[in-house]
Amino acid sequence: MDLDIREFEAVCRDLYVRALKILPPDIKAGFAELRRSETSATGRAILDTMVENVAVAERTKNILCQDTGIPIYNVVIGADVRVDGAALKAAIRRGCERATKEFSLRSSVVHPITRQNAQTSCGIRVPIIHIDFDDRPETLAVEMIPKGSGSENGSFLQMLLPSDGIGAAKRFVIDRVIELGGRVCPPTIVGVGLGGTSDLCMHLAKVAATRPLRSVCADPEGARIEADLSRAVNALGIGPQGLGGRSTSFAVHVELAATHITQNPVAVNIQCHSARRARATITPGGIAFD
Amino acid sequence: MAHHVLDMPATEPEIRALRIGDTVTLRRWLFGIRDATLIHMFDRDRRTRLDLNGHAVIHTAPNVHRVPVSNAAPVGYAPFCIGTTTSMRMERFTDALMEREGVRLIVGKGGMGPATLDAFAKRGGAYLAIVGGAAALETTWIETIVDVDLDDLHPESLWHFAIRDFGPLLVGIDSHGGSLFAEVQRDVAARRDAVIASLEDAR
Repeated sequence: MDLDIREFEAVCRDLYVRALKILPPDIKAGFAELRRSETSATGRAILDTMVENVAVAERTKNILCQDTGIPIYNVVIGADVRVDGAALKAAIRRGCERATKEFSLRSSVVHPITRQNAQTSCGIRVPIIHIDFDDRPETLAVEMIPKGSGSENGSFLQMLLPSDGIGAAKRFVIDRVIELGGRVCPPTIVGVGLGGTSDLCMHLAKVAATRPLRSVCADPEGARIEADLSRAVNALGIGPQGLGGRSTSFAVHVELAATHITQNPVAVNIQCHSARRARATITPGGIAFD
Repeated sequence: MAHHVLDMPATEPEIRALRIGDTVTLRRWLFGIRDATLIHMFDRDRRTRLDLNGHAVIHTAPNVHRVPVSNAAPVGYAPFCIGTTTSMRMERFTDALMEREGVRLIVGKGGMGPATLDAFAKRGGAYLAIVGGAAALETTWIETIVDVDLDDLHPESLWHFAIRDFGPLLVGIDSHGGSLFAEVQRDVAARRDAVIASLEDAR
């Protein structure tokens, strides 16, 4: 398959807008599940308002949250796909900029020193682009994540020692969730990275935070820890918006990588309840959005 | 738990009557403010021509559409999606915002800290919690963007909104030292050790 780069650019534009408008079905189901087990009257009222907001956004064709986020594009290139890599990256950037201008989205991206906003949602190294490869024949998948910043500010890394054990990593997660309270717009998805190097560990936490609900860590030890932590965070009582209740998080997700004999890194990255993402799959048969 | 309807601007006795757990509906006017607005107003001493005295501010930077100037868009901006950002980043500005500009109410998400509690107790203010991320819904409570100042900071400008029945909002922090957020934090701290112990038992 030869990738049509103009078509791909339009897909990148449309994905940003779709992500901002359409809450993924697994998150909607997550709200229903939390609502059933929420014991706090305030917590239930807040969850109901969040669900009502999703309906209002659909009815008024509005975006869900005013935070248009930091744009992230995750591209997975399958087998027998011919594409110029530099052209691909340029097309993502143009798509992101076109979404911002053509749909009059708030540009939430500034230079880190001058704080200048180019009003394009783009800047140095932004949109963030990750490119990976798999063996699916003649398939290119692109996922867009407008990462909201109330939750992104809930990011932590600790290079623990091997002698601290996995227990210290679990305590680190619980203590960071407590510290963040209502600031990260709970109910959240708590993304946890274990192992790797410092940068990979932080990246894994983001992968975990943006994984669909009900997906499970591929490593059985990681899967056990995410189940234990999921139960534990909802016993803390932080609740929706930090105003008390059971629904602190939809889930805790863990992603892990092998690490060095001297290291025991743990990272936390939070996704807010407006857990937005959109994906398109391009094949010779056409473009499918999901 | 009383419900209050406030026609903004409000007086100090009206604000002192608010207690945590009460609900509030705001009417008439609301101002949008956030990080860059406050940094420029207080760290760089920029002044605004907008009168915030007795008013409510919401921690926001809206999505707006540029449109021709009309009665519905007096400064050429139409609201598109207006919601709320995390308040805690603005903690160190609360006292100055009240002292210099006369602000009485802060609308935001996630709560604020001890410096804000002190400023509210001293000067007569309150924090009204809105549901973060519910911006599409909140946008339906905004009628028009009647004015904007410091728009070189766009979208972090100082926005003046005309509102209709904005709420219900929950009084999260009052002028009597009460904070729903601090109450929850105390409960959570008390549960922390048992939760950690349950994780260790799980191995």
